[in-house]
Amino acid sequence: METNLLTKYFGVENSRTLDFYLSHGGYDNAKKALKMTPEEVIDEVKKSGLRGRGGAGFPTGVKWGFLPKDNPKPRYLCVNADESEPGTFKDRYIMEDDPHLLLEGIVISCYAIKSNKAFIYIRGEYHYGYTILEKAIEEAYQKGYIGKNIFDSGFDIDIVLHRGAGAYICGEETALIESLEGKKGQPRIKPPFPAIEGVFRCPTIVNNVATIASVPWIIEHGFAEYAKFGTEKSTGTFLFSISGHVNKPGIYEVPMGMPLLQFIEEKAGGVIDGKKIKAVVPGGSSTPILTPKDCETVNLDYESIAAHGSMLGSGAIIVLAEGTCIVRSLLNLMHFYAHESCGQCSPCREGVDWMYKTVHKIEEGTATEKDLQTVLDLANNMEGKTICVFSAAAAMPARSYITKFKDEFIAHFDHKGCPYEKYNYLAD
Amino acid sequence: MLEFSNETLAKFKTTLAQYPEKEAALLPTLWLAQYEFGYLSIEAMEYVAKLLDIPPSRVYSVASFYTMYKKEPTGKYLVQICRTLSCQLRGAEQVTDIICSKLKVNLGQTTPDNNFTIMEVECLGSCGTAPMMQINDDYYENLTKSKVNQIIDSLA
Repeated sequence: METNLLTKYFGVENSRTLDFYLSHGGYDNAKKALKMTPEEVIDEVKKSGLRGRGGAGFPTGVKWGFLPKDNPKPRYLCVNADESEPGTFKDRYIMEDDPHLLLEGIVISCYAIKSNKAFIYIRGEYHYGYTILEKAIEEAYQKGYIGKNIFDSGFDIDIVLHRGAGAYICGEETALIESLEGKKGQPRIKPPFPAIEGVFRCPTIVNNVATIASVPWIIEHGFAEYAKFGTEKSTGTFLFSISGHVNKPGIYEVPMGMPLLQFIEEKAGGVIDGKKIKAVVPGGSSTPILTPKDCETVNLDYESIAAHGSMLGSGAIIVLAEGTCIVRSLLNLMHFYAHESCGQCSPCREGVDWMYKTVHKIEEGTATEKDLQTVLDLANNMEGKTICVFSAAAAMPARSYITKFKDEFIAHFDHKGCPYEKYNYLAD
Repeated sequence: MLEFSNETLAKFKTTLAQYPEKEAALLPTLWLAQYEFGYLSIEAMEYVAKLLDIPPSRVYSVASFYTMYKKEPTGKYLVQICRTLSCQLRGAEQVTDIICSKLKVNLGQTTPDNNFTIMEVECLGSCGTAPMMQINDDYYENLTKSKVNQIIDSLA
């Protein structure tokens, strides 16, 4: 069975042009959707079981259903292309290799939620992706696939490309909204949720790029066909990003539910230099780490990864081979979180920096077991006590690295420093 | 006094028309200013504040929140080496070592000829092609020792 629902044209010459897209049935699904009622489109997406691909995995159709029925204000769709969870790079490939797929998804989704304007919030660093999308939007306007009265349906749709400027937190949906309004990207207190009061104080839906790009396929083939892929609760395919110590890192689209080890072997070509797995981060840097024993039984779906104490998140798998220092890896991530905290809530702002400094001491060999407890206390006391989930995103790796690989930390105390060699994987 | 060229001013007006509220154009306008003036000096930020009719303190607060807005001038080539986990696992530290010793600068510094500024940055979303770096707007991926040397030589 063909499983490349979204990635079919990745890497194919000219795949990003409108001509290419049209020659493969491009925008036919938008035409089809516009002949349905918006409610029918929402129903189709709801029944497909499609869940948000940005990290939280919330059912997309249900999210769309949260929009108030009686609010006279305009509605907005914000496409979250901020993609900044370390290990994740799937949205970048969609935007660079098949931008019109995303645009068609936006047209259909906006029609479904009765919105006439979408913003694509793309992270500032994706300059190349920005230029590709800019061109695609221009082409689509010229041919009338977006703009006023598209396909003579009476439906108007404008798409605005909005470039971020370097802030991990802007992937959080209310931080993204603040940033889009021209402010610092600091998350808002919820409720109200964006569906009720989002950008410009209007009802807003924020969806990830891969979520929106899944919609045209669902419209073309129907919810039942989509739900044939994956498991009962994790339907469809997922574009997993795999990086770290594997032979063929990259993006691979597979039906959800594939065993992790099979994915690493068959898709990513196995671990480099024939080494054994030391640990795997399954869903982006924020998700709890898995041990080799966890890896033996875990499958790539929301439920199986949760049953193993972690999260599928944004589907970003990072493989750490034997010989990798777990403390050093945690230190790397703590540096990341200390740098990226937006600074709004004290437990997070102070906590992440304190965790970073303490893990640094452990790696250097100047810490004691008491410091290990300090990191755990910090993690436990910031999670759930802040406006957004950033504190949890930093606490989860800290807690899981320490509890699952405690021996490694103890070894640093005994050795009075790091017992491992510095990473030296850079090829000649 | 700093001012946009006519071409940039036209872009600014197009940008402004895309948002229902003027202030929402702040991030794109700061980008326009950075491309036009090289970096965001106090004067540049005051100009942006005037264009958007908002207090200069607001502009400064936003510009200082986002890492990609340059508050100080950098070398002709801003070399940003990704340091986060996936890149570190594939040798990002070695990339930094090679570049810094080749150009005889430390991280955060600019070469005396103002050609290169070297920095480490957090995840650039290019983990599958690690290690990697960004030079100005462009990504350089799947780096090797010889590739790093060639890239720096070609820009020197």
